[in-house]
Amino acid sequence: MTARIIKRAAALGVIAAMGAGAALADYDDDELVIDGVKIATKVPAPPGHPLPEIVSGWRFRSDETQALEADDFENPAMVAVDYGQSLWDAVDGEAGKSCASCHGDVEESMKGVRAGYPKWNEKAGRPFTLENQINACRTENMKAEPWKWESREMLAMTALVGKQARGYPMKIRKDGPMAEWIEKGKELYYTRFGQLDMACSNCHEDNYGKMIRADHLSQGQINGFPTYRFKWQGLGSLHRRFSGCMKNIRAEPFKRGSDEFVALEAYLAVRGEGLGIETPAVRN
Amino acid sequence: MAAPRILTAAALTAALAGGAWAAETAPAEVRFDGSAVPQRLTDAPGDPARGRAVFIDRKLGNCLACHANSDMADEPFHGEIGPPLDGVADRWSEAELRGILVNSKKAFEGTIMPAFYKDSGFNRPLRKFAGKPILTAQQVEDVVAYLLTLKEE
Repeated sequence: MTARIIKRAAALGVIAAMGAGAALADYDDDELVIDGVKIATKVPAPPGHPLPEIVSGWRFRSDETQALEADDFENPAMVAVDYGQSLWDAVDGEAGKSCASCHGDVEESMKGVRAGYPKWNEKAGRPFTLENQINACRTENMKAEPWKWESREMLAMTALVGKQARGYPMKIRKDGPMAEWIEKGKELYYTRFGQLDMACSNCHEDNYGKMIRADHLSQGQINGFPTYRFKWQGLGSLHRRFSGCMKNIRAEPFKRGSDEFVALEAYLAVRGEGLGIETPAVRN
Repeated sequence: MAAPRILTAAALTAALAGGAWAAETAPAEVRFDGSAVPQRLTDAPGDPARGRAVFIDRKLGNCLACHANSDMADEPFHGEIGPPLDGVADRWSEAELRGILVNSKKAFEGTIMPAFYKDSGFNRPLRKFAGKPILTAQQVEDVVAYLLTLKEE
């Protein structure tokens, strides 16, 4: 019995050491530069932040995957960005307008825009994700049909608009009516869900940098969405990723665009504040 | 004494067809002594070989997702989330191992480790898993039997 207690203490020592190792979590020191623009993939955490450092998922990926994102000619999401550009220029809806009719050159008008979303929308009385904003433009200004959240068109447009913020530090408004949404998102982040009874924090705060079977856990930062995933063989939205995570823990996912996912998105934008936008990122 | 679960006619037929006749303790009936569960969940003893398979299987125990285990060094992708399980039987008794498998939160507050024999109290469980434990009583016993083979002494 005594021997068992000693062994147990030794094993717990191993656990404690592994816990402390989270601060030295396993990710690399590579720097991301695309087209000569350096993108912040690691930034210091401000005082009181739950993480010791804020690190993009890019740092947790293999050199081969990292290289695909670092070169626009190799990045498999660029086909979608090109499609987004054709949609930007195409007249759609009863008002006879295109995006370009009001916003002109996307590379000028949308510079840095994605970095500030989700953003409070006074008229709607709720935060708007980029998808919400695009659809509001379509239905109100263009008199066109809204796009479905995970449609090819919406992914292409969010990729195109997102790319114009590449390298801009993610930073949303946190004050006013956004505060309670961010708080709600934080609550969800730490709530356990599903038959596996896990919260986001169990993997992405407590265990990032470690392997969970064949997967290398990242901090679950959101600065690269929509993201091209090999698993998806294409681009997917952030809310699709949330949904996949929930199914992994055997939880019934919330709907894309739901209050819950919008709140979580807002909280994660705050949690990853300062990371450079990487849209469209490339991941496993 | 935990009441044996009342078997439906269909389950009875299936159990007889399978050649197994084992009374089971339902998840809600499991008696904890602290964080340990001294009593077996089934009449039939656990089978270490089946337990080893449950340990590896991604849709069952998937224990390897979080715990490294030298006994299966030929399996790829050992996880790093929980402690390695080499010599785990030297550190914990059978009752303690059973308790950790049934609901590890009794032993380790706030742990990431799922409860493998609990069927209620979950938040939004996927419909196909709602009201069900991750493992059956027999699978829990099989994994306990397997873990008891992991000795270093």
